Amino acid sequence: MQSLPGERAWAVGEYVPKVQSKRTQGLLLLVPFLLMCAVASLGAGAVSISPLQVISILLSYVGLPPLTEFSEQQSAVLFVIRLPRVLLGVLVGAALSVAGVALQGLFRNPLADPGLLGVSSGASLTVSAVTVLKLHVLGFYTLPLAAFAGSLGAILLISSLAQENGKTQVTMMLLCGVAINALCMAGTGLFTYLSTDDQLRTLTFWQLGSLSGATWPLVSTIAPLVILCSVGMVSLANPLNALLLGEANAGHLGISVERTKWLLVAFVALGVGSAVAVSGMIGFLGLVVPHLVRLWLGPNHRVLLPLSALLGASLLCLADLTARTVVVPSELPIGIVTALAGAPFFLYLLLRQRRTHAS
Amino acid sequence: MTVALEVRDLHCRLGETQLLSGIHLTLNPGELTVVIGRNGAGKSTLFKHLAGELPCQRGEIRVFGAPLGSGSKAELARRRAVLPQTTNLQFAYEALEVVMLGRLPHQQNRPESREDVRIARACLERVGLEGYEGRNYLTLSGGEQQRVHFARALAQIHENTGSRLLLLDEPTSALDVAHQHKALRIVKELTREGVAALLILHDLNLVAQYADKVLVLAERQAIACGSPHEVMTSDILSRAFGFPMTTVPHPWLDCPMIVSGARPREASLEQHPA
Repeated sequence: MQSLPGERAWAVGEYVPKVQSKRTQGLLLLVPFLLMCAVASLGAGAVSISPLQVISILLSYVGLPPLTEFSEQQSAVLFVIRLPRVLLGVLVGAALSVAGVALQGLFRNPLADPGLLGVSSGASLTVSAVTVLKLHVLGFYTLPLAAFAGSLGAILLISSLAQENGKTQVTMMLLCGVAINALCMAGTGLFTYLSTDDQLRTLTFWQLGSLSGATWPLVSTIAPLVILCSVGMVSLANPLNALLLGEANAGHLGISVERTKWLLVAFVALGVGSAVAVSGMIGFLGLVVPHLVRLWLGPNHRVLLPLSALLGASLLCLADLTARTVVVPSELPIGIVTALAGAPFFLYLLLRQRRTHAS
Repeated sequence: MTVALEVRDLHCRLGETQLLSGIHLTLNPGELTVVIGRNGAGKSTLFKHLAGELPCQRGEIRVFGAPLGSGSKAELARRRAVLPQTTNLQFAYEALEVVMLGRLPHQQNRPESREDVRIARACLERVGLEGYEGRNYLTLSGGEQQRVHFARALAQIHENTGSRLLLLDEPTSALDVAHQHKALRIVKELTREGVAALLILHDLNLVAQYADKVLVLAERQAIACGSPHEVMTSDILSRAFGFPMTTVPHPWLDCPMIVSGARPREASLEQHPA
């Protein structure tokens, strides 16, 4: 390999920082994995489409010659139903996972979850209020908008409660989050108590999460938001790395700690808020995915953030595939699938952590 | 050369409790200053003010001639490294990754370069951790972790030009005696390059051997400030620590040697060479 002038090639046996190679390694594995999950999810369902046909249909959309034959019906199902749904899953999975990474970094606690900031419970409260009080003024968009407003409201309330002398107290934020979560859940419980049977059914299904509401307008509305938040958080990788040393140390490294905290909270609110708005409450993804990537490739956020986005997107695709196919012709709420797979894994992590602490 | 750090009439009060009153201090380039005093004397409070972690309520702190907090944080971080007493890092970074964090202020508009990696590795080697680059930080011993953070501070102000400042709060608390001396020799070498250093230390004999200037804090006030010979006397030290201390000449170095504890009636230190 030719080295640039003034730059020295690495000598044999010399230590090379692993960040770049880890990221490359992760991307080489996860990008094909995501594509495989997406193609599998696009193909499965009442109208079966083989992977080769999926690729052919996608090629024909962009005007390229298809690889194999497919029917008009398959093409229509793929474009109208499956593609928006898979894209929504990818966006929501990425948003939840990246938000999980950001919050775990911000709280310097690997067990933090987007739910801690009241995002889910705030949305839950407004959605139940709107449903029970029949405030369907905006038609189809009422529930997503209500959820989004609830998320943002809760997160803004918690962040402003945690302000002290113009500084955000992270522990205070955690404690306020617990209190506001309890309050929101109590409100949700009250509305649930007041609800009719039909409303109860709507609420329960919303709280278990689903991607079945996927439409192109919905996808195109949240795509810019989720992409903005993800790119924004990836650009904060270095400040997040420094924050793991504690706020004081990060400040001594020239990081604007307050600005970083505010940006992180804003990105999480926007990203998770829009995810919750379109898919209801999907638990455990934001907790488990960052953990998996950290165990695999270490805690450096320059690796952790992009790869968690990819893994989260892939796993939510798989979860949705499972949710759609295990109880045909009906479908399971996706939150059940993620919790069924995620909760035992979380317990495993706790036990594993206890073992390492004990030894 | 401009004064690296200047403290004028610093006061600090938390509710009813006076934490610091009327502190004056000047750090010149090339000077190793050590703050000593008993627990609760105000050492760490003073340190946090100097580091900018606590706002200045009364008085003034100037760093490199400008009031603290007036300039760009990143610009300051390129010239000033601060190491708090403890750093609680619970994530499994590799040792070199932790040291590389010290290069962050130098990477404002560029990704990390091979030069950064070279500097980080050199700093790890300097603190005696060569070969530890890929080691998991969480599996290191307390002393090794402390040296990794020390290396991070060294990497942060590695550039050989301009005035630089190093603030270390008890950097040797977890180190064995050989590494305590090694750490202080490194700080001493840096001051010879023109770095101004301020440390908080508890081992008074270490202070006597390496400090150019000693600030003695007692009851939230500076009761003495000067060279070890001027300040580290039996009288001042006993008063500052509320414990009997005797200073004798060091057997072979030109500095005082401090013996702590009450002197038994029959014991005599007279036979030590003057």
